[in-house]
This record gives sequence, C-alpha cells and structure tokens, in this order.
Amino acid sequence: MKKKYLTGCGTWVVNRFPLTKLWNDHMAQYYAPKNFNFWYFFGSLALLVLVNQFITGILLTMNYKPDAGLAFDSVEYIMREVPWGWLVRYMHSTGASAFFIVIYLHMFRGLIYGSYKQPRELVWIFGMLLFVALMAEAFMGYLLPWGQMSYWGAQVIISLFSAIPIIGDDLSLWVRGDYVISDATLNRFFAFHVIAIPLILIMLVFMHIVALHEVGSNNPDGIDIKKSKDPWGHPIDGIPFHPYYTVKDIVGVSVFLFFFATVIFYMPEMGGYFLEDANFIPADPLATPEHISPVWYFTPFYAILRAIPDKFAGVIAMGGAIFVLFLLPWLDRSPVKSIRYRGGIYKKAILMFVISFVGLGYLGMQAPTASATIMARIFTAMYFGFFLLMPIYTRWEKTKPVPKQLTEQPSIEDRIPGWIETANEMVKEVPVEKEGKTVLQKRPDASGIAKVLIRTAKNLKSSLD
Amino acid sequence: MKKLLQICLLLLPLSSFASASFDLESADADLSESKSLANGAKLYVEYCLGCHSVKYIRYLNIADDFDIKASTVLENIAPEGAGIYDKMLTAMNSRDAKKWFGTTPPDLSLIARSRGADWIYTYLKSFYVDPSKPLGVNNAVFPDVGMLNPLWQLQGEQIAVFKKEHGQEVISKLVIQEKGSMTPDQFDKAVNDIVNFLVYAGEPSQLERRSMGKYVLLFILLFGIIAYLLKKEYWKDVH
Repeated sequence: MKKKYLTGCGTWVVNRFPLTKLWNDHMAQYYAPKNFNFWYFFGSLALLVLVNQFITGILLTMNYKPDAGLAFDSVEYIMREVPWGWLVRYMHSTGASAFFIVIYLHMFRGLIYGSYKQPRELVWIFGMLLFVALMAEAFMGYLLPWGQMSYWGAQVIISLFSAIPIIGDDLSLWVRGDYVISDATLNRFFAFHVIAIPLILIMLVFMHIVALHEVGSNNPDGIDIKKSKDPWGHPIDGIPFHPYYTVKDIVGVSVFLFFFATVIFYMPEMGGYFLEDANFIPADPLATPEHISPVWYFTPFYAILRAIPDKFAGVIAMGGAIFVLFLLPWLDRSPVKSIRYRGGIYKKAILMFVISFVGLGYLGMQAPTASATIMARIFTAMYFGFFLLMPIYTRWEKTKPVPKQLTEQPSIEDRIPGWIETANEMVKEVPVEKEGKTVLQKRPDASGIAKVLIRTAKNLKSSLD
Repeated sequence: MKKLLQICLLLLPLSSFASASFDLESADADLSESKSLANGAKLYVEYCLGCHSVKYIRYLNIADDFDIKASTVLENIAPEGAGIYDKMLTAMNSRDAKKWFGTTPPDLSLIARSRGADWIYTYLKSFYVDPSKPLGVNNAVFPDVGMLNPLWQLQGEQIAVFKKEHGQEVISKLVIQEKGSMTPDQFDKAVNDIVNFLVYAGEPSQLERRSMGKYVLLFILLFGIIAYLLKKEYWKDVH
C-alpha cells in the first residue's frame, strides 16, 4: 500500500517534469568513451570543489563581517570561537587553491588531447569564461580576510586599471569606490564574491556541461566514438556515464580528499603558499609590505605583467596571456586531436609551454631581481610563442595514423608494479651496524639512480618524437 | 643543450636570494607540554603584557586548554584584578604608547603565524647594547626595533661582535657582557616557553586539528578502498 503511494508520487512528478529524461540524457544513457584515464578525473573534482566552496562559503558568511573595522577580527572569531569554524575556514581557503590545481590540470588535459578542437570549441569557450570568472572570484575573495596581503595585493591589481590611457584613473577610482582600497571596496567585493560571481559560475558550469553533452566527450585517443555504433545505436567504444564513471569518479574523489584532508589537518598554510604569512597581520594602509606577491595561482600572469617594462603594455600582455587561450581552437590547425598521434614538434612545444608556465609561476613569487626579470622575459616569449606560432608549426607537423577505434593503454593499476621495480632499482641493501649486530638496510644507490635517470631521459626523448 | 642552459638559468635567481641576514635559531615549540605553555603564559604576562596585548585569548582559554584550574590561572598567571573572562589586554593605552615609543606596540596574537616560532625565539635572544640608538639597545634580527629588551634582567646584557663581509659590517655573534639572573640554559628554556605560548595563541585549535587528522585520513582511506572495490566490480565486464 505504502509502496504504491510512493510510486504514484513519482509518476505524478514525472508526468509534469522531465526527470527521467534528464537523468537518462546526462547520466544513465550518456555514452562516454571507455578509455578515460587519470586526466579525466579533474572535471568531476572541479565540481566537487565548487560544491565545497559553496557550502563552506555559506557557513563562513554566517559569521563573517564585511566591514573594514571588523573583518579581520571576525575571521579570527571564526577560527577560535565558532564551533568547527577553523575547519570550515580551512576547507574554504584550501579549497580555493585546490580549485586552481584541479582546473589547471583539467585545462592541461584539454591541451594534450585536443579537447578544444572541433566540435568542442564552445565547450572550451565556456570553460575559459569559467576560468576568468574563477580568477575574479578568487581575487575578490582574497580581500575579505583584510590582512596585509589581501589589502596590498588588491591595491596593486586595481591600480593596474590606472595604466589605461585617459580613462585609467577614473576607472580605478570607480572600481575601488575610493582613492585607496577601503571599506567601500571591501563591501562591493563581498557582494561580488558571495552573490554575483557565484551566480555566473553556476550558469557557466551548466552551459559547459550542456554543451559537452550535446557533442559528447573527447578521449585520450581523440577519436569520435559515435562513428562506430552497435545495432542498438550505441557507440561500441562508449559506456553509460552512470554507473561506470560515477563509481570511477568516486575513487578519484577519495584520492583527492586524502590529499585535501592532509593539507587541511596538517599544513593549512602549505608553507605560506595557500595562506600567506603576511596575511596574518591586519591590513594597514600606511605600511606597505616589503614584498607584495599574489597567491600562487596568479603568479604566472603576474610574472608576465612584471616582465614587460612598460606598465600599460604589461597589463595588455597579462590580459593577452589569458585571452590567447580563448583562441586556441582556431590557432591549432592540426587534423589530429590527441597528442598520441601528433608530431614531435607539438610535443616539444607543449613541453616548452609547461616549462615556461611553471617558471613564470615561480618567478612571480620572487622579488624582481635583474636575473629574474630576464628569465621572466624569456618565459613570456616562450608562453606567447607556443600560442602565436601554433598556426605555423601545427600545419607542418607530421602526424601519425589515427586508429578507427579506441586503443588499450596500461591503467594506473597495471603500472604500479613497474614503479615499485624502478624504486627498488634506486636503492641498494647495505650492511649497517645496529646495536652490535650487522643488518641489511636499504640505502639510496648513486649508480642505480643515475641509471634510472638516464633511462627516464631517453624515454622522454623518444616520446617527444 | 638548450634545455640544460634553461635549467641552469632557472636556478640562477635562487642564488640571488642568499641574503646576509642573521641566522635564525630553531625553537622547540611543543603544544603538548602544558607546563611549558603555562610557564610561557606566566612569563608573557610578567614581561610582555605591559605593552603587547594578546586580544584573542581570554584567561579562561588558558585554564581550559592548559588543564589548569581557573582559580590557579587568576592567582599565578593573570595580572592582579583580572577576571577569568577577560581578554589578555594591555593596561597601556595606545596614545601614550605612541608618545613614548613612536608607535603602538602591536597585538601579538598572530605573531607566531606571521613571523614563525624560530623568528620570535631568535629575536627575543638577540638584543644587544647599542649606545647609538635612542633606547640604548638594538636587535640583530630586527635592526632598529623600537623596543627595549624586556628580558634583560633574566638574560643579562649582550654586546655584538662585528665582522667585515663584502665591505659591510655584519654581526657575527652576540656575547653576554653582564650576567643576568638566569643561566644561558635556563634563559633559553624561558624564551622557548614564551614562544610556545605564542604559537598556541596564534591558533588554539591546532592541537585539536592535528589529533583529529589521522582519524579523518583513516576514514577516507577505508572509503577509498571500498570505492575502488566497487569500481572493480562494476567495470569487470568492460573490455
């Protein structure tokens, strides 16, 4: 009797709302390629971190005071007096950094497997808009604790607007709502951080996923799985997203949470990278810190800004470094999507790009010495070279034949024994005197390490051809 | 070859950061030592609270977190007349402080988080006599600092020994010229207790945070194993 009543309720809803259709279209009958590898965890992880930021953010808002006189104290109040406040705050602050780690890896996945290429250009554009919105969200959120780095970081970045000719000064005044960063700035940043940008993020995530599910997911082979279908019209190389990828993503989630919790419980400042030391000093408009550096996830772009001698040109370059990513689908002229079948020149270009991006990220955290500035200029040239020369080198590259169907590659589980073997190669058992007895103990072995390094270098070199 | 050059160039900026600042000694902050914490709090109230508040800590926190009776805290640690719910505020008002020292002495609740335990430890041990300064003392870690050595009676008076390095006079070491009421070992321990207290004050929840971490990680690990087995089961017929 009771069961019948429940089914009746369900039917009542289904007759009025396409619940079953939505579920089938996006989960149970959304066919995804069966060969997703490690790189494909980061989309669902980004969604997880987004939810984490929303929930912890709402809880923080209940005790935070967006007021220049009270903000810093209210954060410490959350850390000390609010039950579990410290946990919620660390989940939010670690979540911000985790968001960028996950997003950078997610974008890199797109880069190596050509996920931005036709027909997924719009998926990429929505993703890039998400990235820009996320940067705005993070930048404004960072002002809210009202520490020294919050204050001076915002001061430096907003003053960049004043580099724009003619309207610059008025524009930066309009953005701040005052001549310096002040209570007015804090209040409007709070409004943007908790209402405006989260709404934009939600809408963009929705469009990103809808656009993806319209054209279907790419895969590490860069092959269109819809080309070969079984008699029922399902792709031969496809499997329903639910339950296959939902259960697989849960494994990814638990690995992610393990690292996430390690940071939260044992190293919430992450050595000053996630929470900067100087941000434990309340904002003081009269005392400029010796060294102002943004949080790590902005430093690649900050290094590009500083590498250009002229301030306005620097602002253009920084904006250009992000804008050029939007053009990626049209810069890449290669007929092949996945790095597995692309020519050596593209692989080398990607390696150079990674080196330049990481290098810029490092230099953006350091004080601008003469040698650091030269390095930043070289990396900036490499960064832009990767994108702007792409139409030329991708047209010339010699691609490999692309198979018709997905190929099988060793999974992480298959590779673990090999890794253990490599680790064993690097150590050697040495007799050690211990409490009067001679026992064999494992010690690092120089010749073993050298052998492994040489082999790794050779493998890397051959994989770049 | 080009890549090797790049790697070398990448390491170049690192070398330009070897600055000539005074080496920091390492403090031994251990928040499980409630005796050290209580002694640190007592010393702090006696020698530091005159100028520097710790406004996020109440005397009740000390009683609760260091396992001391509230009455004992009021008797032994808190200044006379303080109540158990009072915050650790200084009696000096900031206008007077500005007149006397040129600046308001900062609140030290979060000093261990902004400067680090080692910095505070070395700083407190590195005051030396310098007649050229208005207060007659200087500090090797924080040159031209605007305060006196609050612990000089305990440590004694130190003088600095200079050496030439790259054409600049730098401090090579500090030597005790006039003995204080404590031996160097006793003094190191006293300073360490103060540092320990400040590390606690910077984040009182850190003991709870660390002790909880292992259970959370263990849970996630078990959850991960079950999730992995579930995945294996679902995927066994995908080829």
